[in-house]
Amino acid sequence: MDRRTSIKWMLAASAAWPLSAQHAARADSAPTARGYGTDPNLLAVYHPGEPWPLTFTPPQRRLAGILTDIIIPADEHSPSASSVGVVEFIDEWVSAPYPASQRDRPIVLDGFTWLNEEAARRFGKGFSDLTATEQHGICDDICDESSSKWRDAARFFALYRDLTAGGFYTTPVGRKDLSYIGNVPLASFDGPPPELLKKLNL
Amino acid sequence: MPFVTPKSQQDAYDVIVVGSGAAGGQSAYALCMEGAKVLMLEAGRRYSPETETPMFQTPDLAPLRGAATPQKPFGFYDATVDGGWEVPGEPYVRTSEEAAGRFDWWRARMLGGRTNHWGRISLRYGAYDFKPRSRDGLGFDWPIGYEDLAPYYDKVELLIGVFGSNEHLENAPDSSPGCLLPPPKPLVSDLLVAQRAKRLGIPVIPGHRAVLTQPLDFRSSPARLHPGNVTAQKILAEDMRARAVCLWATPCGRGCSIRANYQSTTVHLPPALASGNLDITTDAMVYEVTLGRDGRANGVSFFDRTTGKQQRATARVVILAASACESVRILLNSRSAQFPNGLANSSGRLGRYLMDTVGSSVSGQIPLLESLPPLNEDAADGDQMYVPWWLYRDQHAGKLGFARGYHIEFGGGKRMPGFGTGAGIQWLTGGSYGVKFKQDVRRYYGSFIHFAGRGEMIPNDQSYCEIDPKVKDKWGIPVLRFHWRWSEHELRQAAHMQRTFAAIIDSMDGRTSGPAPSDGAEAIAPGGSIIHEVGGAIMGSDPGTSVTNQWCQTWDVPNLFVTDGAVFASNADKNPTLTIMALAWRAADHILERMRRKEL
Repeated sequence: MDRRTSIKWMLAASAAWPLSAQHAARADSAPTARGYGTDPNLLAVYHPGEPWPLTFTPPQRRLAGILTDIIIPADEHSPSASSVGVVEFIDEWVSAPYPASQRDRPIVLDGFTWLNEEAARRFGKGFSDLTATEQHGICDDICDESSSKWRDAARFFALYRDLTAGGFYTTPVGRKDLSYIGNVPLASFDGPPPELLKKLNL
Repeated sequence: MPFVTPKSQQDAYDVIVVGSGAAGGQSAYALCMEGAKVLMLEAGRRYSPETETPMFQTPDLAPLRGAATPQKPFGFYDATVDGGWEVPGEPYVRTSEEAAGRFDWWRARMLGGRTNHWGRISLRYGAYDFKPRSRDGLGFDWPIGYEDLAPYYDKVELLIGVFGSNEHLENAPDSSPGCLLPPPKPLVSDLLVAQRAKRLGIPVIPGHRAVLTQPLDFRSSPARLHPGNVTAQKILAEDMRARAVCLWATPCGRGCSIRANYQSTTVHLPPALASGNLDITTDAMVYEVTLGRDGRANGVSFFDRTTGKQQRATARVVILAASACESVRILLNSRSAQFPNGLANSSGRLGRYLMDTVGSSVSGQIPLLESLPPLNEDAADGDQMYVPWWLYRDQHAGKLGFARGYHIEFGGGKRMPGFGTGAGIQWLTGGSYGVKFKQDVRRYYGSFIHFAGRGEMIPNDQSYCEIDPKVKDKWGIPVLRFHWRWSEHELRQAAHMQRTFAAIIDSMDGRTSGPAPSDGAEAIAPGGSIIHEVGGAIMGSDPGTSVTNQWCQTWDVPNLFVTDGAVFASNADKNPTLTIMALAWRAADHILERMRRKEL
């Protein structure tokens, strides 16, 4: 994080309430000085970086993009996560002045550090400079929390996968990938097709 | 008339209504349509669902993909303005931070209050629910029975529009003919739950929600609701015609710009304003009911949020409808020589017997629902079907170990992908990533069914609110301090919910990410989190043990009424909003009658 962004982020973060104060004995009432507030315009279109500054450094952004695309690569159904703005979303998430983001931010940044250190240990290079096979080799070791021996790294990978999925499936291409066909006005709601119900014995 | 500032308020109103949600909206509607001049005071800002509702906005257009934050606790697009379990500048005090002893207080500071975002579930109390003490010796009986409120349930359903069906079940009353709109078609997941639960002896029937599945009967309902009042009939008929039928998309919690569901701002307030009898002042934070020398209420004091100045308003009658705890707070803060412990508190019961709903939930993954063809399952946004409480006989035989019942709300289907889609499925995928992960998300999307139990809490001596001696809000108004305790009845009920969910999920050959909590204390949601808080100024037949009589009229001050959830003497499993409206309408009719007789 460069100094300028770092200061911007620190200002945003310090004005927000600390993690525990949200449930403090005396409900604190100062905390909305930052964030989008309790009465944002719901009809506006928001882009990452507008409500609060993004904070990934260029190397972090590069690593973030490589990782989102390892998790959600392009296939015959849809493009990759990074091509539809998921890196910007994850940057927005870890930069946000809210408790969930403040909880996740160190997990993500420490996870990036761990990936680079592990890449250096195994291959003598940063994670972003590894071959796809080498990258997958590391991810294979941390992709399942129930069996991984690197517990913190596996926890990071699980979180990062959740964020990537949340960022991706909320986009138009993500909705299309899941064949979601709602959110359109209908004159009537006719229920599921009878032949499907018959097939399911319902 | 309509929206007025403190300066442009008139000198003489018949009634002041504090609050604009289900209780305030219904009170004002019933009074104004029958000719009373009403001033409504709302603490929050003016709000217009027609122009402010994000109907078809998708999560990618919102910050953080629309995820919930403390500033928007139900997600970015939830209708709530300036609300949540924390409201800036308006603190409250908890005496415990432990899950078992905490109470979190939800508020919404906006015209229409929480009706703008609520779940729209509209269930009637049954005959048992008004006489719980007579049945099992616990809690309190209401001073009224189902037959007293039944005509008002009919009226509210006709006015706001509720879908559902009459199933002739024990303690789940039928509506009068013509009151209910047809229920929407069930989803695949609804039918699966219905089929399998039935094999376990668990009934699954159409839900009741305040959503228009067909146009309201604007030809005959106005005459049923306002007999002999041609003006009111005409206004209501016109307004009913202006409401659109559900378009089978967009979450109701965002509000509805086409007025297809009930919110006070789209259903109660427009005809009340059209009557010419309603003035509304928003940004008016009421903190005190003022008394005249005759011991009667003569008005209220409030802070104008736009100027920060203290203001007064006067009327013949004062109705508090500010939400259960806020109405109690106003009364507790209205101290005088005559009422040193708070107005209308000669019984000492003001603030006592706060209740919320017992809540517990789980999600099941159902292999039968995997990889179904594309389906539009937005439907009516949920609760097409539900499970009413069914174990009356076992309970009566002493087999359950707890008193009172719960119903189950459930929902599945291929809903609009959100921030949580594809998240938290490691237990199913073994940690896949890459192309395999994309295949897995496609496979599991739409295969989950969520179950939520909603049960009755029995009032107890350890759950109450009072004024904190030190803490004040940003206007200097003393704030509430909450005490909370569940009894064994609620904890055992929550554990029973979990066993039922597990049995239903099992009957569908489904699975959950972990074992169901067997400990009720672990299963139960913290107090206040279901946002069904009622009590605090309970009604009764004895002035020594209750705050109001059966007409929501305080025993101590004859022209002071409380028409929100504060008067509930019990909190049946049925979501309280419909009953709040029925009680408020009944109280309004009583007030009109007394005003005609010059008694008020």
